[in-house]
Amino acid sequence: MRLNQLPLRTAGVIDHVEALSPTDAIAQRLGELGFVPGEPVKVIAFGPLGGDPMAVEIGFTRFALRQSEAQRIVLQAEVPVLPHAACPAHPHEHTLVDADVSPCASQPASLHQPSVAEPLV
Amino acid sequence: MTDLSPLRIALVGNPNCGKTALFNQLTGSRQKVANYAGVTVERKAGRLITPAGRRVQVLDLPGTYSLAATSPDEAVTRDVCRGVYKGEPAPDLIVSVVAATNLRLHLRFMLELRQLGRPMIVVLNMIDAISKQGLSIDLPRLQAELGVPVVSAVGVKRGGAQNILAALDAPPPPPPTPLPDGTDLHAEVRRLMGLCVARTSERQQAFEEKMDRWVLHPVWGMLILFVLLFIMFQAVFSWAQPFMDLLDNGMKSLGDLIGALLPEGALRSLVVDGIIAGAGTVIVFLPQILILFLWILALEESGYLPRAAFMLDKLMASAGLSGRSFIPLLSSFACAVPGIMSTRTIQNPRDRMVTILIAPLMTCSARLPVYALLIGAFVPARRLGGIFNVQGLVLFALYGAAILSALIVARVLKRHDTDEHPLLLELPNYRLPGLHSLAIELWQRARIFLSRVGTIIVTLSVLLWALSSFPAPPVGAVGPAIDYSLAGRIGHLMLPFFQPIGFNWQICVALIPGLAAREVAVSALATVYSVGASETDAASQLAPLLSAQWSLATAFSLLAWYVYAPQCFSTLAVIRRETGSWRLVWVTAAYLFGMAYAASFLAYHITRLIGG
Repeated sequence: MRLNQLPLRTAGVIDHVEALSPTDAIAQRLGELGFVPGEPVKVIAFGPLGGDPMAVEIGFTRFALRQSEAQRIVLQAEVPVLPHAACPAHPHEHTLVDADVSPCASQPASLHQPSVAEPLV
Repeated sequence: MTDLSPLRIALVGNPNCGKTALFNQLTGSRQKVANYAGVTVERKAGRLITPAGRRVQVLDLPGTYSLAATSPDEAVTRDVCRGVYKGEPAPDLIVSVVAATNLRLHLRFMLELRQLGRPMIVVLNMIDAISKQGLSIDLPRLQAELGVPVVSAVGVKRGGAQNILAALDAPPPPPPTPLPDGTDLHAEVRRLMGLCVARTSERQQAFEEKMDRWVLHPVWGMLILFVLLFIMFQAVFSWAQPFMDLLDNGMKSLGDLIGALLPEGALRSLVVDGIIAGAGTVIVFLPQILILFLWILALEESGYLPRAAFMLDKLMASAGLSGRSFIPLLSSFACAVPGIMSTRTIQNPRDRMVTILIAPLMTCSARLPVYALLIGAFVPARRLGGIFNVQGLVLFALYGAAILSALIVARVLKRHDTDEHPLLLELPNYRLPGLHSLAIELWQRARIFLSRVGTIIVTLSVLLWALSSFPAPPVGAVGPAIDYSLAGRIGHLMLPFFQPIGFNWQICVALIPGLAAREVAVSALATVYSVGASETDAASQLAPLLSAQWSLATAFSLLAWYVYAPQCFSTLAVIRRETGSWRLVWVTAAYLFGMAYAASFLAYHITRLIGG
């Protein structure tokens, strides 16, 4: 799945950014803006005309991306299993999760989750 | 004074790191805003004296996300930091400004700067906001890890830059040792944050979250935008009007006062009709410019402007532009001068150029007196189908034609532009604009307008005055004096060229003083037709005269001409000032002139064919 296919107010984790050419300045800039593998992203809004551009939250930063830009960002197929330690920090988000599913294993990509490498953002 | 040559420091940081507020805080009004040679990038420099008496020259470099520049302003930052910018020596000290609220993004760029191996200090700005995010930062630890001094600051608070001043008084730090080439800076940021940043309470970004649910909402967000723009243009048109009238009357009284002191003759005419009237046309713009800029600056500082650009991006993309072009274009409906000045918020240089080129096509308020005069004289005040006022319809059509032309011009200018222009726009956190910083920015805009644009306009006004006054009519001459002047002769010489579009010699002559400001054409027509001099009198007396003497085709032709109105010197002067290029001035004048001529030609001949 790519970032531009992510539904509103859902989160995903970046797998990689796809450069359309070896000198794709936009892909490079996306990397500099923090769109790097392992980062969680969340869609916060779609533009009023045709859902373009879209507003995306990454860490504490929000960016407006056009569809063509968001399309370069490939998301991980599934959110990796997180250690339990990361869960209690976000108790309020767990209300969204199906009660049958363990909150810390194989959550749907609908949560803003901190990655292991970066517990803060 | 401990040192004779000042310390040269450069503020470098990401966009939205609060660098501008910090710069204003550090240097106050001791600023100088100019352009870097050859590019349209603003060079902001200022001076300060530290508590220990050290003189410091501060350069505020354009915000950038990385040293891999994608635009001219980022290239300036990159080259100055590397010390390869022509005419701008490498700074003695790089002050890397990092927003404490956005460490993940900003620390990466700080590390990139650190890789340059130049003396630097790191400023953690907006340190007061960090506790709201439930975080705390271990500054000594960060300093030890980075090997460069780290100080905290609050750019928007009085005295919030004290730690920076203290750091400037300290002995210069040794240059840091760069990390090995190829180090993953993102990974290094994560490592630093793991070591130096601790969570003290639950993550809080509820405010941005809640605000953006409304502000970026497809329906409510548009409504908010619409209301804000509505109030803004109410402000520009109505709130500015009393001040403009006041200034206008003030300048006229000054003219009368000085006119009474000087003896009748050329000198009095030069001072009163040339210099004071010329300065008057400049100064009356000032209230509009200040109010518009107050709004734009406040919207920008508060973090709303990028969100407005988000909402309108798709709309502007249809013209090949981005959402950032919307506000300058909308402002140009008041007057193209502040509109063009506000294109500074457009980062992409090509988008900015296209926006500047089409800004004069937005029907400015100065065209209204001309429209009002001609529509009043030639279009019957009938109702079409009992609903639509025909006069109103014509006015609407004139505005519509101008907007349509702008879209076409933008598309044509962008036709070879197959490169993908990224939006990649940061939506910064909402902030309350600092009044002190706003005041300084506003003052800078006013100063640029009065000194740079003003001098060109006054000079041209004096030139136009000379053309319209000399030579004086012979003794016992009948007819208006302007007819005997150089301008009058030029008007007659222009006639063969303008006859195909239905202009008579009176219109040609009136177009010349109309160069100074579009609305002057009305009083100039009055002068040529020797009726009352003041604008309101002129319109009421002119209308019946014109409807008796001109054909409908001529009137429509002049209306079409004013849709493009290529003859506004103020606009051309501000384009010259904002782009530093005479080429763009000529391009603008030439294409507007071409379109005006073509449109008038069509309007004239089509009206005649139909039987006007």
